[in-house]
Amino acid sequence: MRIAFRTLFAGLVVASLAAAPALAQQKVKIGFITTLSGPQGVIGEHMRQSVELALDHLGRKMGGLDVEVIYGDDQFKPDVGKQVADEMLKKHQVNFVSGIIWSNVMLAVAPTVTDAGTFMIGTNAGPHDLAGKMCNELFFTTSWQNDQTPEAMGKHMTEKGITDVYLMAPNYAAGKDMITGFKRYFKGKIVDEVYTKLGQTDYQAELSQLRAKKPKVVFVFYPGGMGISFLRQYSEAGLRGQFPLYSVYTVDEISIPAVKHAALGQYETRYWSPDLKNPANEKYVADFRKKYGKLPVFYGAQSYDGILLIDSAVRAVKGNLADKKGMIAAMRKVDYKSVRGKYTYNVNHFPIQNFYLLKAVSGGSPGADPVLEVQETVFKDHKDAYYQDCPMKW
Amino acid sequence: MDPILILEQTLNGLQLGVTLFLMAAGLTLVFGIMNLVNLAHGSLYMVGAYLWVLFAKLTGSYLAGVALALAGTLAIGVLVEIVALRTLYDRDHLDQVLATFGLILFFNELVAILWGRAAIYAFAPAWLSGHVELFAGLRYPLYRLAIIAVGIAVAAGLWYVVTRTRLGMLIRAGASNRTMVAALGVNIRLLYTVVFGFGAALAGLAGLMAGPIYTVEPGMGEKILIEVFVVIVIGGIGSIRGALAGALIVGMVDTLGRAFLKPTLATVLSPTAADAAGPAIASMLIYLLMAVILALRPAGLFPARG
Repeated sequence: MRIAFRTLFAGLVVASLAAAPALAQQKVKIGFITTLSGPQGVIGEHMRQSVELALDHLGRKMGGLDVEVIYGDDQFKPDVGKQVADEMLKKHQVNFVSGIIWSNVMLAVAPTVTDAGTFMIGTNAGPHDLAGKMCNELFFTTSWQNDQTPEAMGKHMTEKGITDVYLMAPNYAAGKDMITGFKRYFKGKIVDEVYTKLGQTDYQAELSQLRAKKPKVVFVFYPGGMGISFLRQYSEAGLRGQFPLYSVYTVDEISIPAVKHAALGQYETRYWSPDLKNPANEKYVADFRKKYGKLPVFYGAQSYDGILLIDSAVRAVKGNLADKKGMIAAMRKVDYKSVRGKYTYNVNHFPIQNFYLLKAVSGGSPGADPVLEVQETVFKDHKDAYYQDCPMKW
Repeated sequence: MDPILILEQTLNGLQLGVTLFLMAAGLTLVFGIMNLVNLAHGSLYMVGAYLWVLFAKLTGSYLAGVALALAGTLAIGVLVEIVALRTLYDRDHLDQVLATFGLILFFNELVAILWGRAAIYAFAPAWLSGHVELFAGLRYPLYRLAIIAVGIAVAAGLWYVVTRTRLGMLIRAGASNRTMVAALGVNIRLLYTVVFGFGAALAGLAGLMAGPIYTVEPGMGEKILIEVFVVIVIGGIGSIRGALAGALIVGMVDTLGRAFLKPTLATVLSPTAADAAGPAIASMLIYLLMAVILALRPAGLFPARG
């Protein structure tokens, strides 16, 4: 009797141990890593809000399973991002890691995640390494390869016959990619090319330098808080009247409320805009405005898409999260309604998509902030420049 | 090279220099007189900026916001001195570093709780916005000129207080020989509190002036604190003259390095090598300078004692 009881008890313990992971698998766990603190934290907040909206739209379920999203703050630092990713993988045992704003953080996080056999669904950074040699079947992105957007601006400015351009970007992986992409399609003369410290807040010395070089126009890449500081100081220094400014990822729905009319008339290129006409986008923008009382930004649009992409994969395998091959095949089909409209995946799991020219125009009512509007399509079904280096075949 | 550009970059360097000086003056006195390593000095810079944002919004006036923020930072400085730092004067430097590092965490967390982690974008008032044409071809932001003017005025005021008043005499005496000053019957505790309070107000002034240019955010003080430590090491610990010289040197070297190092390197190296090396060397220039000065004059350029 005594022995039987002990056996029974041991059996119970073993059974409960075995049951624990099985129970944990009853839901989809997504680790969403972004920057939630500091001047760049405003981007992460937009991404988090769009993720929450996507979950609302999905009824907080994917393929019949409950969804849990764990948010992590990378503090704008690659080492912290990697630590947070490790925690997501080991402690939370997530099925997907998603998010990541910064290319240098992405280069630290993506290999960590894919090496552990977990999916990495990027929703912003698109460093060229991950599109080329470092491509991985577990890595997908709902954004773009860094070079693509400035390529569109380079093409547009060449077509307009613009020359004598002064280039500025922060000195890190994406900054270099942006300038490389711009130069790939820009055929005019480049006056100078200047890299500033990542996260720099004061650009006065560089702006003095710029004025002395007397370019005709200026092209910059200053995302997030850097863009806000840069645009304000560009106007304060009286440069706005002197040198027209062209940019990528600098004037957006995050920087416009901070710089207001200083953004008016400025051109950007982008794969998405709040005024893109398609049912998925109209629903996303309207519901986002209703829930948060502001316009969404492309960082959020990509994150919304990222959650829908994950949902499409979980649905396709009917909640069997162990079926990674099935989920890869499902995601390659892009079987969801993206807010940018239809797109396809290239062999390297980067989107083949359109790029548009946007302009910041008056927001209608007097006193309203400027809004971005699509002017024309610069590229149709544009592929990145690195996919041929990617050994993946499918 | 273009003389207008050199002049403009000199102004930029001067503007960074006077901001660093406002921070360094308080820090170096606290170090020199009280023998206290105060890592939390950057937190007072941050407190000044946040209080300015708060009071400017409440009163609706820029100047009222500045006045209240200065008074507020002074009060917080005095409070910190009385509550936390008094117990640390007789301890060794490692204890002080630990305790004041704790204060950094405390203040960063406190402002994050009160104002949130997101950066606040504050604006200069309309009458200080925009730019002025100093002469043909040189437009300079008005607000930055105002910073330079305030910085020079404060430096002149400090020089007067330190060299021409009784308080200044006590401060100088305290920096050279604390024990003797106490032995002569001076209330050294009160002197400590006064010096710390005014050092805090100066840091607050630097912070609130930086607000409209940079962003007001938790942890904003730590970035500048590192440069301020470089300043006081170069200038000589405990010396106001040293702080002024060090701040101007660091401001100039940093700005001119960022502006002219790459073009200068490009004349001797290939353009790609200059592109890669220029920004990298420019960002470590002030540390290289500090290393050289430490090697040649370990006590700094203007040591307070001996």
